Amino acid sequence: MATETRTTQGAPAPGGTSFSLSDPTFRAIVYQILVVGAVVLVGWFLISNTLDNLARRSIATGYSFLEREASFGIGESIIDYSPKDTYGRAFLVGVLNTLKVSVIGILLATVIGTLIGVARLSSNWLIAKLASTYVEIIRNIPPLLQLFFWYALVSDSLPPVRNALNPLPGVFLSQRGLWVPGLSHSPVWTMMAVAFAVAVVGTFALSRWAKGRQARTGQIFPMARAGLGLLIGLPLLAYILGGMPTALDMPKLTGFNFVGGKALSPEFFAILTGLTVYTSAFIAEVVRSGIVAVNWGQTEAARALGLPSGPTLRLVILPQALRVIVPPLTSQYLNLTKNSSLALAIGYPDLVSIANTTLNQTGQAIEGVTMIMGTYLTISLSISIFMNWYNKRIALVER
Amino acid sequence: MTDTVKHVGLPDERPPSNIVGPVAWLRNNLFNTWYNAILTVLVLLLLATAVPPFITWLFVTAHGFDATSQECRAGGGACWGFIGEKLRFILFGTFPYDEQWRPLLTIVIFIALLVGSCDRRFWKPWLGLVWAVGLTAVGILMWGGVFGLTPVENTLWGGLPLTLILSVIGLAVAFPAAILLALGRRSNMPAVKVLCVTYIELIRGVPLISLLFMASVMFPLFLPNGVSVDKLLRAQVAFIMFAAAYMAEAIRGGLQAIPKGQYEAADGLGLSYWQKMLKIILPQALAIAIPPLVNTFISFFKDTSLVIIIGLYDLLGAGKVALSDPSWRGFYRESYLFVGVIYWVFCFSMSKYSQKLERDLNRSHRR
Repeated sequence: MATETRTTQGAPAPGGTSFSLSDPTFRAIVYQILVVGAVVLVGWFLISNTLDNLARRSIATGYSFLEREASFGIGESIIDYSPKDTYGRAFLVGVLNTLKVSVIGILLATVIGTLIGVARLSSNWLIAKLASTYVEIIRNIPPLLQLFFWYALVSDSLPPVRNALNPLPGVFLSQRGLWVPGLSHSPVWTMMAVAFAVAVVGTFALSRWAKGRQARTGQIFPMARAGLGLLIGLPLLAYILGGMPTALDMPKLTGFNFVGGKALSPEFFAILTGLTVYTSAFIAEVVRSGIVAVNWGQTEAARALGLPSGPTLRLVILPQALRVIVPPLTSQYLNLTKNSSLALAIGYPDLVSIANTTLNQTGQAIEGVTMIMGTYLTISLSISIFMNWYNKRIALVER
Repeated sequence: MTDTVKHVGLPDERPPSNIVGPVAWLRNNLFNTWYNAILTVLVLLLLATAVPPFITWLFVTAHGFDATSQECRAGGGACWGFIGEKLRFILFGTFPYDEQWRPLLTIVIFIALLVGSCDRRFWKPWLGLVWAVGLTAVGILMWGGVFGLTPVENTLWGGLPLTLILSVIGLAVAFPAAILLALGRRSNMPAVKVLCVTYIELIRGVPLISLLFMASVMFPLFLPNGVSVDKLLRAQVAFIMFAAAYMAEAIRGGLQAIPKGQYEAADGLGLSYWQKMLKIILPQALAIAIPPLVNTFISFFKDTSLVIIIGLYDLLGAGKVALSDPSWRGFYRESYLFVGVIYWVFCFSMSKYSQKLERDLNRSHRR
């Protein structure tokens, strides 16, 4: 370690550590004791003040409030929730809402960002210019402003529920959000989901077998076509065997609102659109720089070897571009997840907004903030760990 | 022998129009393949449907800066009367009306400092002094209370000066802290390293909102009884904590880019740790780290808009509050467009500057 090399530059200490400040090893220990001591002292000062203040305001610390009844409603939730449920469950609803908007946002932003990143490199001047204008405008405007704009667009400019826009049969667009036809209850959907899962596993197994066979015999198995066939074919088969139900759950205007179908609230629409648009501009830049980073000679070499353009892209360009793309892409995913906390500003019930309501009602400020931070740290760490694992898998293997 | 051979050159031909000229440009850049031709036509159609109505809304049918809200509501395009009416509120917040030349001067000072610092010829020690003088002037102008200026509570500050104060002062204070954190992260002392890594990763792992929450609800509990800190200062502390962690990572990138030989050469000369860092390593590392630092500053500048969540009204906050005036409700397009353009001008010019700087610095590196 470098610590050992440094001992040789300072005072001669051949016989071990001398207790003098001119000995770097000893000095390092003193410095560390001082730094840790200062941090502990400041920490102790803050904690004792906090305990003092809490005692004076007679606030009980601890997480027992999570068991109490929340008694506030939440606009949208994936799991069943009513104001009679506990704060703990309300918080879980918030976490799930955050995850929902983050996951959908990441998927959409990746797709749109990749398209725009590729478009910036298009040989078509108009498309390249349009894509770079998009990136330059979106990147340089605060995400919160964009959220406010999208939210105002939905809640201010769209007609009230009674005069909802009806662009397609069964699709309604109004101040209260977007309604689309949903799937009515039928066992076929579960069967299709199972069939899809089986197809995923099957594709995975098949691709391993195909790779092994190619390594042994050199024969190439048409994996793309077979995998796609499995993934689409099996669910389709389940659908046909299940009797091809066509009934859809159409939204209907009843009283003051729509009933039935799938609803997308204005808040969810605004936060999802805002996050997707904002992050896609950054992802576009990441993708563009990744593609530019791969030397043109690689493409030429692949062509010289006689590889068709599909395998050139898949086997030569993409693996090298991904190596450049994945680390910054990870931080964009993390940013999107963290930016989903802006939902608070427009009233989408994410975990920050629910924790905020909770800490306003109970006065448990420290617990509320630590819960927010803890959850985000867990999410951030999980994404980092997964992306690091993926990055390691695709990293260049040197010698 | 009178007949001589006459050499008459043919008149110069114009270059073929399929190689140079507008037609060739169109062919090469817009219609080079059949799918590009289709795409071009589609995009042109899209632009033709979207852009003219927008231009019409923006300029042709728009109401002027002196329009009243009744006139705007009667129909037509953009209502610039909203901006005319609310301009001072959006820019200066609730600062006393007669004193609003002071925040205006603050904005001018900040812009002058930022623009001046962009020129590499001014990167001298005295620039720090200029900054100190400038920031003192800003403090005097905003707070008042001396030189016959009326004192103004900082609860009344708002608009663009607040955005600039939070971001620029946050940056200036966080910068030295970030250097220490970056050095600590690369230190050989395990305790220091662990502390710095924990701090940086902790801050970078949580959203800024949670830090602002901490500042608004937890800081009051941290302080001894009877000591209270106003909201603006608490937000500023949260921003400094946030900026320090992100800037530390940018500086660490610079430190890592310095070849090991530089460290070893400094050691070989017998320099102490601080001599080595201050005279050899940091000058080189910071020069490399400037473009990522500018990028950090851009995102930081955009993030100051989050203070609206704890009840401070910066540029975006003021633009949103201006909309809650009952007689001007609903003109959100004009308000957000105006505020967005201000943010955009700042961020875009900074990002262009960072790109230019990166090119210049790379050139000097490549030699």
